[in-house]
Amino acid sequence: MERLNLDSLRTIDSIVDRHRGEPGPVIVMLHDVQDSLGYVPFEAMEKIAAATGTSVADVYGVVCFYAQFTTSPKGKHVINICLGTACYVKGAQALIDETVTLTGAEINKTSEDGIFSLDATRCLGACGLAPVCIIDGKVFGNCTKETIVAEINKIRAAEKMA
Amino acid sequence: MTAVHLRINNVNVTAESGMTVLEAARSAGINIPTLCYLKDINRSGNCRVCLVEVKNGRTLLSACTTPVSEGMEVFTNSERAMRGRRNTLSLIMSNHNKNCLSCKRNQNCELQKLCEDHGIRDNKFEGEHTEASYDDFSYGIVRDTSKCVLCERCVETCRKVQGLGVLGLENRGFKTIVAPVYNKSFADVNCMQCGQCVINCPVGALTEKENITEVVAALNNPDKVVIVQTAPAVRASLGEEFGNPIGTRVTGKMVAALHRCGFDRVYDTNFGADLTIMEEGNELLERIKNGGTLPMFTSCSPGWIRYIEYEYPELLPHLSTSKSPHMMFGAIVKTYWAKKHNVDPKDIYVVSIMPCIAKKSEIQRPENKTGNYVDVDAVLTTRELGRLIKLYGIEFNELPDEEFDSDLLGDYTGAAVIFGATGGVMEAALRAVKQQLEGKKLEQVDFTACRGMAGVKEAEVDLAGTKIWIAITSSMSAAKPLLEEVKAGTSKYTFIEVMGCPGGCINGGGQSIIPSKVKNGKIGYGYKELRMSALYDEDKACDLRVSSDNVQIQQLYRDFLEKPGSEIAEELLHTSYSPKEKFHIFD
Repeated sequence: MERLNLDSLRTIDSIVDRHRGEPGPVIVMLHDVQDSLGYVPFEAMEKIAAATGTSVADVYGVVCFYAQFTTSPKGKHVINICLGTACYVKGAQALIDETVTLTGAEINKTSEDGIFSLDATRCLGACGLAPVCIIDGKVFGNCTKETIVAEINKIRAAEKMA
Repeated sequence: MTAVHLRINNVNVTAESGMTVLEAARSAGINIPTLCYLKDINRSGNCRVCLVEVKNGRTLLSACTTPVSEGMEVFTNSERAMRGRRNTLSLIMSNHNKNCLSCKRNQNCELQKLCEDHGIRDNKFEGEHTEASYDDFSYGIVRDTSKCVLCERCVETCRKVQGLGVLGLENRGFKTIVAPVYNKSFADVNCMQCGQCVINCPVGALTEKENITEVVAALNNPDKVVIVQTAPAVRASLGEEFGNPIGTRVTGKMVAALHRCGFDRVYDTNFGADLTIMEEGNELLERIKNGGTLPMFTSCSPGWIRYIEYEYPELLPHLSTSKSPHMMFGAIVKTYWAKKHNVDPKDIYVVSIMPCIAKKSEIQRPENKTGNYVDVDAVLTTRELGRLIKLYGIEFNELPDEEFDSDLLGDYTGAAVIFGATGGVMEAALRAVKQQLEGKKLEQVDFTACRGMAGVKEAEVDLAGTKIWIAITSSMSAAKPLLEEVKAGTSKYTFIEVMGCPGGCINGGGQSIIPSKVKNGKIGYGYKELRMSALYDEDKACDLRVSSDNVQIQQLYRDFLEKPGSEIAEELLHTSYSPKEKFHIFD
């Protein structure tokens, strides 16, 4: 694991300062760090623990309790596929298999080129639209293999242009 | 407090509002079995062993978390409650590593006892096991989650007693384990190795790292002169390993047992304690005289040393540079004793019997070496000594009382004996310093303000006209406010005794394990006082009670060390400290 750069450390500091003294600040701080940096680095846990009077082990306990927090950096584009009961029954596993093949990212991991992360999520609460996936924050209901292929191709094309 | 009336097992019980069913039952003499519950430390309600039936209750309730209410009717032994408890135990066992015969806690395991009491005869539920994590990389503590029952007693102990919170729960559901952050080893995090988690673990998930094999090998090596020293607190606890009541002083039998194990010399670390007082007392006087860094902290407790190196590195100049008594003793054995007996120090193997787990890491410190030789070669805890004695087939309770060996390093004073209790080092230091400053034999040697179990004790002491404030503290949660004062520069104290474990060495992480049933019961945490009085009794029985009156210590200075703080004393008896990184996460 590498040490964090100065910019990220500053980001963490400002998040911690913003929520210092709030009730139940640990989880709020963790959310903001996850959103800003794409993951929760160890340094963030240390700073949050120090600011809230808890131990690093406790903060880490929260991080690994919730599947939405990650401790390693995410790819540039995040694909969430719901594996809740309804989505699974409606074929979410096939969508996951397809995504693994297309992106090279294993489940809950990031592709080697750092472009894609694939997360199998718990129920997203949109069972009526099953199977559901979220690509870069955009929700796709009644998702099919074709949707996945099209979206991934779009991202690849945009990455090539950049 | 309003009185609450309830019935437990058809007996009328009057409780106070706010009490739990468990507390109400125990106050009425009704025993409800528990596993995760530890008075004042843990009430997580995790284990579900204390399930009871409450009339009109939809489900069984855990007695340790359910408050009493007016008119409540509780049944602890109804068929339903008993079935619930037995199922709970069977479920815990279904995910438990059942290698009980080879477990260090065999016959001393709270889960084993509960299963025995509840007649759990078969593996009712067999299935998957949680993926286990095993860590034996640190010098003192072994963590094996295959035996963990997730009671959280260790987590809460580290958090509440030491204020560190090294351990936490990781992952969720069936995959949950207890571990330091990132499931790292104790060696890679800010663990002080006090072992309070170990003595509060109900099972074999947290244990000391054993060094018995090395010691047996040395005993069987004809080229080695094996010298053993025993710390003061050990004699107040070792008897418990052989079924004696808490606080039974077994000094004589312990010495006899060690002789029978084949140690070439059996000495008392008390000699080292008297020596520590000479050096530390001198250091204190020098600091007062020459405007050195004050307040000065004592440095006998290696857990405390680890803590300050991790948590308060800026306060390191306040630490006395004196080595701890057993390290001093080792250094003297391999120089002075070796020379006098014409033995090559390379052939000497020093074993320390300690109430302490952190001592195992202390002997590995590169600073604690004299020339090419480590001061002490191996540390065994009180519990390991118990096992060693059993290994040699010695009937401990049948042994006659024997005396420590007395050549060169055998004398000790009462001041050394009380090192094992919180406040003892301070009292011993005050006796010696006061006597030296007043230049006449001390008439009143008892400094009672130093005694007792309070987290912080303080007193103003008159040392031949100079008045100083002293403080005594044990456990890091109690010490923290004092440390913050020193950091802020507002501390009024001149000398502060700090011990890593609450109550001092008598309650060290290497001492006999007191089951939670005792800690939760009538004696409660009074077991510390029982062990402590064993030490103060021995102090009282000593003819000499001031360290500097120790004749062999005087001889040691005359023949070898010259005077406290001399160049050779600095080299052999003093050490240094350095800030330590809290976490080694980045490889």
